[in-house]
Amino acid sequence: MIEIKNLHAKIEGKEILKGLNLKVNAGEVHAIMGPNGAGKSTLASILAGREEYEITEGEVTFEGSDLLELSTEERAHLGLFLAFQYPVEIPGVSNVNFLRTAINEIRDAKGEDPISAKDFMAMVREKSKIVELDSSLASRSVNEGFSGGEKKRNEIFQMAMLNPKLAVLDETDSGLDIDALRIVAKGVNTLKSANNATIVITHYQRLLDYIVPDFVHVLYDGRIVKTGNKELALKLEEKGYDWIKEETQVG
Amino acid sequence: MAQYTENELAKDLDKQDYKFGFVTDVETDKIPEGLNEDIIRLISSKKNEPSWLLEYRLKSFEIWKSMAEPNWAHVRYKKPDFQKIIYYAAPTQTKKYESWDDVDPEMKETMAKLGISLEEQKKLTGVAVDFVMDSVSVATSFKSKLKELGIIFCSFSEAVQEYPELVKEHMGTVVPNTDNFYAALNSAVFTDGSFCYIPKGVRCPMELSTYFRINAGGTGQFERTLVIADEGSYVSYLEGCTAPQRDENQLHAAVVELKAMNDAEIKYSTVQNWYPGDENGLGGIFNFVTKRGICETNAKISWTQVETGSAVTWKYPSCILKGDGSIGEFYSVAVTNNYQQADTGTKMIHLGKRTKSTIISKGISAGNSENSYRGLVQIQKNAHGARNFSQCDSLLMTDHCGAHTFPYIECKNPSAQIEHEATTSKIGEDQLFYCKQRGISEEKAISLIVNGYCKEVLNQLPMEFAVEAQKLLAISLEGSVG
Ligand SMILES: Nc1ncnc2c1ncn2[C@@H]1O[C@H](COP(=O)(O)OP(=O)(O)OP(=O)(O)O)[C@@H](O)[C@H]1O
Ligand SMILES: [Mg+2]
Repeated sequence: MIEIKNLHAKIEGKEILKGLNLKVNAGEVHAIMGPNGAGKSTLASILAGREEYEITEGEVTFEGSDLLELSTEERAHLGLFLAFQYPVEIPGVSNVNFLRTAINEIRDAKGEDPISAKDFMAMVREKSKIVELDSSLASRSVNEGFSGGEKKRNEIFQMAMLNPKLAVLDETDSGLDIDALRIVAKGVNTLKSANNATIVITHYQRLLDYIVPDFVHVLYDGRIVKTGNKELALKLEEKGYDWIKEETQVG
Repeated sequence: MAQYTENELAKDLDKQDYKFGFVTDVETDKIPEGLNEDIIRLISSKKNEPSWLLEYRLKSFEIWKSMAEPNWAHVRYKKPDFQKIIYYAAPTQTKKYESWDDVDPEMKETMAKLGISLEEQKKLTGVAVDFVMDSVSVATSFKSKLKELGIIFCSFSEAVQEYPELVKEHMGTVVPNTDNFYAALNSAVFTDGSFCYIPKGVRCPMELSTYFRINAGGTGQFERTLVIADEGSYVSYLEGCTAPQRDENQLHAAVVELKAMNDAEIKYSTVQNWYPGDENGLGGIFNFVTKRGICETNAKISWTQVETGSAVTWKYPSCILKGDGSIGEFYSVAVTNNYQQADTGTKMIHLGKRTKSTIISKGISAGNSENSYRGLVQIQKNAHGARNFSQCDSLLMTDHCGAHTFPYIECKNPSAQIEHEATTSKIGEDQLFYCKQRGISEEKAISLIVNGYCKEVLNQLPMEFAVEAQKLLAISLEGSVG
């Protein structure tokens, strides 16, 4: 699905990613954990194609293409989706109009005809159920006046509508109450298949009780410094990151 | 790889070519350039006008000569040479058409280029179009249907011939010829425009629509529009314009007068897309318009405008809320790009008790343009319980454009409630990135965001006009030409 090799990236002269390696296969769920400021969101932004970062070394292959050569929208057309840590508000643009535009742009890129209004509305009804999104939120302006939790749920709703190959969820669990957490996790699990993959960035192992990862990675100081299974998340929850930092320094 | 920075966006925006830059080759009957009493007499006689109208024109000319061109607006331009303007041009083929099929094929082509093909128009039942090319109305449709209801919708010159009493009674009562420099000029030399009268208690069943178009090179355009909604009537009036590409500046000084009698309602919508000048600021239309309406008791006037064109715009559609309980509304989107300058806004004059006004203004500036909102809310002594709400938002597309807000409030009655909100924001890189991450191209993303930003105003427009307005916004802000 995606393979990141020796990725180095800078912003404003400061190196944030310092040789990051990660491989994700179809059908897998990967969790990335790590202390604040380690570079988790930076990695997500770079994968999505944010321009501010300067990539100084390394390569990323996504579905056989050189990801770093593609524009943000081309990456989206290939099936890359980012659930934002801080979803953006777009006043005056309804969620449904936004999504219909997105879906049609993706279809257009694949040489397909635009979706019919009827099929689209049926899809909205079906997918909003997955995340138990209040139907009024679908017709409201994108994220405008949404509560923190509603924004996160809306991200998963969009993911359900766009049906990506690779979804990167950046702290989608933060700010969610227990019920919402369960609902979002259920949504992600429902959408999981043998043909897609998910990277879950989180601080809390709690989420991983619901979305069970195949791998847990620790991102520290711009690198993946440790990889394990679900047990690693439990250990981190219990012990914090100090032992990882020490290990890294010793190594 | 499509890179995005504000600077690249700026570059993109600067390269907009004007979509409607073409000139229709129709034979035109012009009079010599320049302005003096003889020219005014010539215009009046060509139009076969009654003597009272000639006298009105001559008096207006005297008034105009005593006035100076105003300087207070936040715009800079080379003052027009009023002796270098041709004040009258009429297509030589001035015959009126009974049906669309009789219209000159070249005219049809022009309309097709404007996106209002005749075929489309014929299908658009419920829309009557009075197409003004240069200064003479060429075609008017749906007239007979309107006639059955007693509604008059015709060119101004026709109204002068057919309904002289109505014209004489109302013309100049909302915008007197002493009002301002451009209004005085218009009153002296106006060539044509539209006239509309809705009888008592009649609800006009269709949108009345006029497409204006400046066509002959070097021709000043001085439209005159008068809309009278008699007691308890309702009308929705649409005005839209595009102009061909020109190198020299063209002056446009229109006067629009609206009269809403007791319990009447007038909705007046404009989409303005005159040639804005090229990316270096060369050419383009100077648009100095005086638009005003009077509301009698419980009447309502609602101005909605989407302004994307013209090199210089100077325009303040206003409401005089004379009658108790009357309502004035102003919804505006003004887009400026390249070197365009717009100084636009409204005046709400509250005279009657419990009068109410709403002002929603959305400015969008791109390129090196300057976009100003100038609004006056005036509450007079007797306007007990008057209320106003104003919201003025500015959206900046680049770092080198300007947005300015000049709200003036004069309140002489302490029981009045006045609310004013203003915001300025820059089109967000975060918003654009969010859209692009979902697969939406930059162009579409800008269009989505801008249309979202203008939604409150666009919602006020009738359906078919709203679609046109969205297209215009997209054209003026994106590289979608061709
Ligand atoms: N635009 C920027 N300018 C300067 N530094 C930046 C910029 N963006 C990110 N950084 C820095 O890069 C580092 C990594 O940030 P990032 O947001 O990727 O961390 P994170 O792992 O997602 O942290 P958190 O767990 O708090 O979300 C931080 O030190 C941050 O301050
Ligand atoms: Mg982060």
